[in-house]
Amino acid sequence: MNEQALLKNIRNPDASDITVYEKSGGYTGLRKALGTCSPDEVIEKVKSSGLRGRGGAGFPTGMKWSFVPKDSGKPHYLCCNADEGEPGTFKDRLLMERDPHQLVEGMIIAAYAINSNIAYVYIRGEYFLSISRVEEAIAAAYAAGYLGKNILGSDFSLDMYIHKGAGAYICGEETALLESIEGKRGQPKLKPPFPAVAGLYQCPTVVNNVETFACLPHIFRRGVDWFTSIGPADAPGPKLFCLSGHLNKPGVYELPMDISLGDLLENYGRGARTGKFKAAIPGGVSAPMIPSSGFDVQMDFSSLAAVDSMLGSAGVIALDETASIPSVARRTTEFFSHESCGKCAPCREGLTWAAKILRRIEAGDGLPDDPAQLEVLCGGIFGLTFCALGDGAAWALRATLKHFPHEYEALIKNRSIPA
Amino acid sequence: MTTDQSIASITADLTDEIQQVAKQYPIRRSAIMPALYLAQDKYGTVDGIVYQAISEILDVPEIWVFEVASFYSMYNRTKLGNYHIQFCTNVACMLLGADNVLANIQKRLDINAGETTDDGLFTLSCVECIGACDVAPVMIVNEKYYNYLTGERVIEILDQLEKDIKEAAK
Ligand SMILES: Cc1cc2nc3c(=O)[nH]c(=O)nc-3n(C[C@H](O)[C@H](O)[C@H](O)COP(=O)(O)O)c2cc1C
Ligand code: FES
Repeated sequence: MNEQALLKNIRNPDASDITVYEKSGGYTGLRKALGTCSPDEVIEKVKSSGLRGRGGAGFPTGMKWSFVPKDSGKPHYLCCNADEGEPGTFKDRLLMERDPHQLVEGMIIAAYAINSNIAYVYIRGEYFLSISRVEEAIAAAYAAGYLGKNILGSDFSLDMYIHKGAGAYICGEETALLESIEGKRGQPKLKPPFPAVAGLYQCPTVVNNVETFACLPHIFRRGVDWFTSIGPADAPGPKLFCLSGHLNKPGVYELPMDISLGDLLENYGRGARTGKFKAAIPGGVSAPMIPSSGFDVQMDFSSLAAVDSMLGSAGVIALDETASIPSVARRTTEFFSHESCGKCAPCREGLTWAAKILRRIEAGDGLPDDPAQLEVLCGGIFGLTFCALGDGAAWALRATLKHFPHEYEALIKNRSIPA
Repeated sequence: MTTDQSIASITADLTDEIQQVAKQYPIRRSAIMPALYLAQDKYGTVDGIVYQAISEILDVPEIWVFEVASFYSMYNRTKLGNYHIQFCTNVACMLLGADNVLANIQKRLDINAGETTDDGLFTLSCVECIGACDVAPVMIVNEKYYNYLTGERVIEILDQLEKDIKEAAK
């Protein structure tokens, strides 16, 4: 069993209690950061830890923070992305429900580093228990002097609030998330400018994922060397993998990122229910699927990118031999089409059309050139939209056409109506 | 459906709470989402009267309130049943038989997704992934998650919920 850091307290039903958290070493990372480092030194430490964002893109966290200007004269904002909506992903919910102080402590460290006095936790509206647990944790942190004015006797002050989402996957995209906190529809904005320069209320803003924040207390308590000793050099630190689908033992597993996809599914997910895998989606449904012949790939950012997929949210959905790839593609495309914010035409129109074609293929009414038509549609979406929702949708659909063309052909050949 | 309220009564009910939550933000517009939630918690739904009241309380254009209320799926602009079933049909749940479970719910309640039973007890919504894929198939009823659903188990759950509310009404 690998050492558990992020999930250390997960089986303790009282872990959300601040005294229990403190007894297990909680808030000592914050004491160290505040007591021994300047904000710039905190940023340098996080840079040298090599921590990369756990929200989807794997962007280096310390570098992101260093883009916040030092002399803008404007307030700085910190936001936690707890909108977790990528299908197949459920790690942030676990962290917030079972060990919410880990998140709060991480956010305080980050806010200190970027010189922010206001932080918002954007939690998706359906996460009722997460919302109340984080609410309680924030209140307890105020009472203990970790939040509010002059934290731990320093001249650093921070207020933290929850902003509840209301059922829109797109608000997980960081610019849409900021629009939503501003009280608008969650529609992404063109980048640049990046949030670090002009984010919430046009002020310098950092957005990080729940798990990214949860790593921070450990980096400061255990040290950078401890963190970099875990996993591959370009993707250090513990990582949470969400296993679901046709597995004997689905769940959240904390592992270093040098584990292979096959190892993850066989030794942690305990294999396929039918005994044989067909494919797996490695990082939420936006991540292109990998056929079982490619299961030796290592589960880190660059290795998955090299096989034309991505670690994304690390939501691993396993498909055994009984899974119909066109059905999975249809359901996934319907999801993206439904969650498209409607702002740009390629995404809005293209996905609606693609879903329609996929439905007719699945129903046995597909036309011989439908797969080619889908390729054309993907080409008309990929890289041509404001945000990455359309990219993910087109990329994921393309992978199914590339790896499993025969499944589409079989459905089309056996179609019920003549061409 | 309406909330059956007047602007005056909504203002009386909610002004203090909305002003309180607005303090968390540097601009009033940011308080529109929490204000809509406060209204929904109180009246069950949000509608034109609510938008007007919120726009007055926060001193923002009413269209801003409507824009938000109509974009986000968790604001209920029509009345829901006593039990709101949010049934996940996304991939992980689908792979483990969500479609069959859903068919059973629809048959048992005699409604389609998006509808409410005639007795007003149940509203059925099909939703996207609700972050519980490891215990799929899943649904949320009001605020409670139900895991590892099967065609039979879901009927037992619905029967029990119906019994509970009828007992409570006695
Ligand atoms: C359509 C879309 C949905 C996203 N959903 C989430 C999400 O639910 N949670 C999350 O942390 N990041 C999500 N992201 C990524 C965010 O835009 C952003 O990169 C991330 O929150 C940055 O945090 P990190 O640097 O800690 O990874 C999404 C991106 C896109 C394009
Ligand atoms: S797919 Fe149903 S909960 Fe995630």
